[in-house]
Amino acid sequence: MVASRNYADFASEATFEIKKCDLHRLEEGPSTTAVMTREEGLHYYKTMQTIRRMELKSDQLYKQKIIRGFCHLYDGQEACCVGIEAAIKPTDHVITAYRAHGFTYARGVPVREILAELTGRKGGCVKGKGGSMHMYTKNFYGGNGIVGAQVPLGAGIALACKYFGKNEICLTLYGDGAANQGQIFETYNMAALWKLPCIFICENNRYGMGTSVERAAASTDYYRRGDFIPGFRVDGMDILCVREAAKFAADYCRSGKGPIVMELQTYRYHGHSMSDPGISYRTREEIQEVRSKSDPITLLKDRMVNNNLASIEELKEIDVAVRKEIEEAAQFATTDPEPPLEELGNHIYFNEPPFEVRGPNQWIRYKSVS
Amino acid sequence: IRLSAPAAIQVTVRDALNQALDEELERDERVFLLGEEVAQYDGAYKISRGLWKKYGDKRVIDTPISEMGFTGIAVGAAMAGLRPVCEFMTFNFSMQAIDQVINSAAKTCYMSAGSIAVPIVFRGPNGASAGVAAQHSQCFAAWYGHCPGLKVVSPWSSEDAKGLLKASIRDDNPVVMLENELLYGVPFEMSEQAQSKDFIVPIGKAKIERQGTHVTLVSHSRPVGHCLEAAAVLAKEGVECEVINLRTIRPMDIETVEASVVKTNHLVTVEGGWPQFGVGAEICARIMEGSAFNYLDAPAVRVTGADVPMPYAKILEDNCIPQVKDIIFAVKKALNI
Repeated sequence: MVASRNYADFASEATFEIKKCDLHRLEEGPSTTAVMTREEGLHYYKTMQTIRRMELKSDQLYKQKIIRGFCHLYDGQEACCVGIEAAIKPTDHVITAYRAHGFTYARGVPVREILAELTGRKGGCVKGKGGSMHMYTKNFYGGNGIVGAQVPLGAGIALACKYFGKNEICLTLYGDGAANQGQIFETYNMAALWKLPCIFICENNRYGMGTSVERAAASTDYYRRGDFIPGFRVDGMDILCVREAAKFAADYCRSGKGPIVMELQTYRYHGHSMSDPGISYRTREEIQEVRSKSDPITLLKDRMVNNNLASIEELKEIDVAVRKEIEEAAQFATTDPEPPLEELGNHIYFNEPPFEVRGPNQWIRYKSVS
Repeated sequence: IRLSAPAAIQVTVRDALNQALDEELERDERVFLLGEEVAQYDGAYKISRGLWKKYGDKRVIDTPISEMGFTGIAVGAAMAGLRPVCEFMTFNFSMQAIDQVINSAAKTCYMSAGSIAVPIVFRGPNGASAGVAAQHSQCFAAWYGHCPGLKVVSPWSSEDAKGLLKASIRDDNPVVMLENELLYGVPFEMSEQAQSKDFIVPIGKAKIERQGTHVTLVSHSRPVGHCLEAAAVLAKEGVECEVINLRTIRPMDIETVEASVVKTNHLVTVEGGWPQFGVGAEICARIMEGSAFNYLDAPAVRVTGADVPMPYAKILEDNCIPQVKDIIFAVKKALNI
């Protein structure tokens, strides 16, 4: 380690003023000050940087055709998943849509298992069976490919939380595009009726694929769309705003008051997916402006350095360590073998005696093991 | 002195289903029922009569008219460790929610390499009723039977209904149970064994309801009864039909059908659903592919619903569903008599 300063030179924590949230049916919102310790800051920084570099590595692997199919990248939105994870417990539940790599990592899946799942190898977190949009781990229900379908699922998980009575909650994420899905309004209704401990989180990155929010929604106040459900709007590029917001929402749900809606205003640098250059419906200038003024990692870095929580050198060392970790993970993901053909038939059912599954013709059969 | 079978009683399909739900709700506190009118109305078809009173709001939940929403909620609850029974008032309305049944429920165990189970039962009346017209009469056996990851069961008798519902609730996988509204009020004999709280009809096993030697009749749900009636008529003419009640659409017990065809050399399939891509079509294809093909003395014959949306007028409706006379005609065609 070549840090030029002793850790004792740094402050142990700092207090930050953060933006006030727009409120809907709420007398008060999240705190407008946030305390961040040095350890927290370093952890947030490393986590966000890891996600950033992991996504950029995925971009690279996709262009080399080592990753196939759909690949929806999260770079730009890191403060959302890291801020949320910082506010909740591992025993809480999270479900999101297909732009899921960041949450998959935040919920505890190692980078190598994420990349190996993207490259379709047996060391992938779901053995290569799911791919980019279908990664799971304990208390993380994916990764869901059908826009909006994850929202009723999340309310169902919240119903189970209430049923079991262990004070757990479910965070159910969806995008600005999905926010217009009918099943979300059906879910709002039931969640409110039954007071389900569900935080509905709209990650508004301004575009549903190539359609800007103004062209898709008669009301772009996504935090109000729950109508009878209280909601608030948050600066999703500021990790402390996200953390305080998620803490506020989690406390609200745990108190038994029912669901709440949280809109995170965020941005994705990449297009909708790897097949979208992302510049036909928005300008390069806009992307560049967000990068230079609102990048979540830069914002955190500046805060830490300016408040004596870390040095630039120290953060650079973290960058180096992160790059190394990503390289090693990518190495694993490109050298690990593909799943054996036998895997094709497995996991059709759960807890089932082995049976046979038909292949492309009647003579090709695969064994199916649970 | 008792001359009849020990303690067998007559039980309607409705009561058999009700018993199954009651027993499984009592047995496992993770089991709960949700759907439209299942609680305070006692069930649109009274299948859940008395259950809300007994178990309360937590275990028996009335939903708003939001199929896609409440089906998704039920699936999510199953993913998080509960064991929901999700009722569709009829399976016609399940089309609104079919994405949750297939993409969220059926496929998740596979996509997650077995790390997430979805122990859910989707149940409700399926297929034609009486005079409910086109939008309320569709049979979904072929639609759900098409999809890997699902189990699909189709009871006929009270024993089937009770045993299959209990088996479905205890199964750790998503099960679609296709009931039949016209059968709800029909009484069947239930043996003492079938009345026991642990009585299960295994999923994936067909039942031979009647032994025969001249022709194999394969069916599921209400048409099984029509097959038995046809068999009784044909027996008087010296034709002995073997009647197989599939009980399960997926995974289909084709082995029982094959063994029967090897014995009888003739096959007639009978179903209420439309012919194209139907259950009968699948049976015929599999028989062709398997060991029984060489034992067929004639092509297999399918008896199905007419290939039209269900009309309303009684004379039209009656001619759109397979009747006993259609089955008899098909058997005679197969046997060339």
